[in-house]
Amino acid sequence: MKNYLRAVGAVIWKDFRSEWRSRESLSAMLVFALLVILIFNFALELDIEARTSLSAGVLWTTFIFAGTIGLNRSLAVEKDRGCLDGLLLAPVDRTVIYFGKAVGNLLFMLVVEAIVLPVFTFLYGFNVFQPGFLVVVLLGSVGYTAVGTLLATMVVQARTRDILLPILLFPLTLPVVIAAVKASQGFFQGLPLEEFSVWLNILVGYDLIFIAVAFMVFDYVLED
Amino acid sequence: MKTKPRALTLLDVLSGAMILAAAGLVFFYAPVEALMGPVQKVFYFHVATAWVGMLGFLVAAVAGYLYLRENQERFDIVGAAAVEISLVFFLIAIIMGSIWARPIWNTWWTWDPRLTTAAIVELIYAAYLLLRSGVDDPERRARFSAIYAIFGFVSVPLTFISIRLLRTIHPVVVGGAEAASQGGFNMDNPMKLAFFFSLAAFSVLFADLLWHRIRLGELQRAVTALRIRSYQEEN
Repeated sequence: MKNYLRAVGAVIWKDFRSEWRSRESLSAMLVFALLVILIFNFALELDIEARTSLSAGVLWTTFIFAGTIGLNRSLAVEKDRGCLDGLLLAPVDRTVIYFGKAVGNLLFMLVVEAIVLPVFTFLYGFNVFQPGFLVVVLLGSVGYTAVGTLLATMVVQARTRDILLPILLFPLTLPVVIAAVKASQGFFQGLPLEEFSVWLNILVGYDLIFIAVAFMVFDYVLED
Repeated sequence: MKTKPRALTLLDVLSGAMILAAAGLVFFYAPVEALMGPVQKVFYFHVATAWVGMLGFLVAAVAGYLYLRENQERFDIVGAAAVEISLVFFLIAIIMGSIWARPIWNTWWTWDPRLTTAAIVELIYAAYLLLRSGVDDPERRARFSAIYAIFGFVSVPLTFISIRLLRTIHPVVVGGAEAASQGGFNMDNPMKLAFFFSLAAFSVLFADLLWHRIRLGELQRAVTALRIRSYQEEN
């Protein structure tokens, strides 16, 4: 178990080191996320009234779009430079690669969210820094990257890999989006927790189920 | 390649006859529903096609699981066949639902849990076909499709539950109560007969089409193998 965690940590650390040197993924995700917010601002004309009801949806759409970029990139880099074969040669369980990449992707997504949220607060005068809401952000991102990492590992091995990831990922992660948006709305509007705690349950359930399924099938994603 | 099995021809005839008989029951035997009138007759085939759709997606998920475990190409063929057929039936179910919804709910479409889930299910399996066409290596394609079929099927109940929590107007006809205000109704015995016979007829039709499609998949595989062999012999 200890060795397993060490190996997972090594994969994460490798991702961070290479990202630190180029900063390609994070900066692309970040600029993209800010652009999406900008577009929403004009497309939806977010005045004061519209903000309270729409901001949760705008935020999660932004996170998800930016997340797709990061996921695609994270696995495409491995594939293109032959790193995936190197990882496969390592004498560790295949699921180590999955958890390493998934946690790495999750951390990247959280970094982007950590920068987007203050910007959002700054632009719209909206306090998003509530502990409950941050838990929602974490749970939503976990579910999204758990499924996304597995699918991205498949997609980079496909011929149509540039277009395939969102098509495969969005319909599967819809429960995450619905639950995260509703839970975020609950916190933004200051509703009592009992009224929307069911959405938190759905998020936790989704995360557990899909991490388990991904853990069981990941061996088959990298079988050559 | 084997010639068409006689049992399959028999199944062709049987499914055709059952569909005709089901249509006969629906139009001439089952009474016209008191409140909704003739448009309610859409219901019999609407539920039957939706049922066949879900059945096929279940078959695809089971075939996916078996493929991953046994690593035999025939399970891949079964999975692809089931998804292709069910995608069409499910689309028919959605369209029929719209035809029913227009006079009863006064709209073609609402974002009700079942309708929304149906739309998402349709998209998941459309994505499944895109994934298949995007991977060239047959062995890899089979593995990826198997995984996606399992993921898709696991996500459907969660999607349904999440959307269900956002209120529903879709009637629960079998084993539900207080649905009358939403266009629900109670079935009398002739209606039940027509309903369950339609379900059976479409299930038989599904089995028939699935068998045909599996045979087609096997033929495709044989053609590919022959092509590779002739190419090798030339060189």
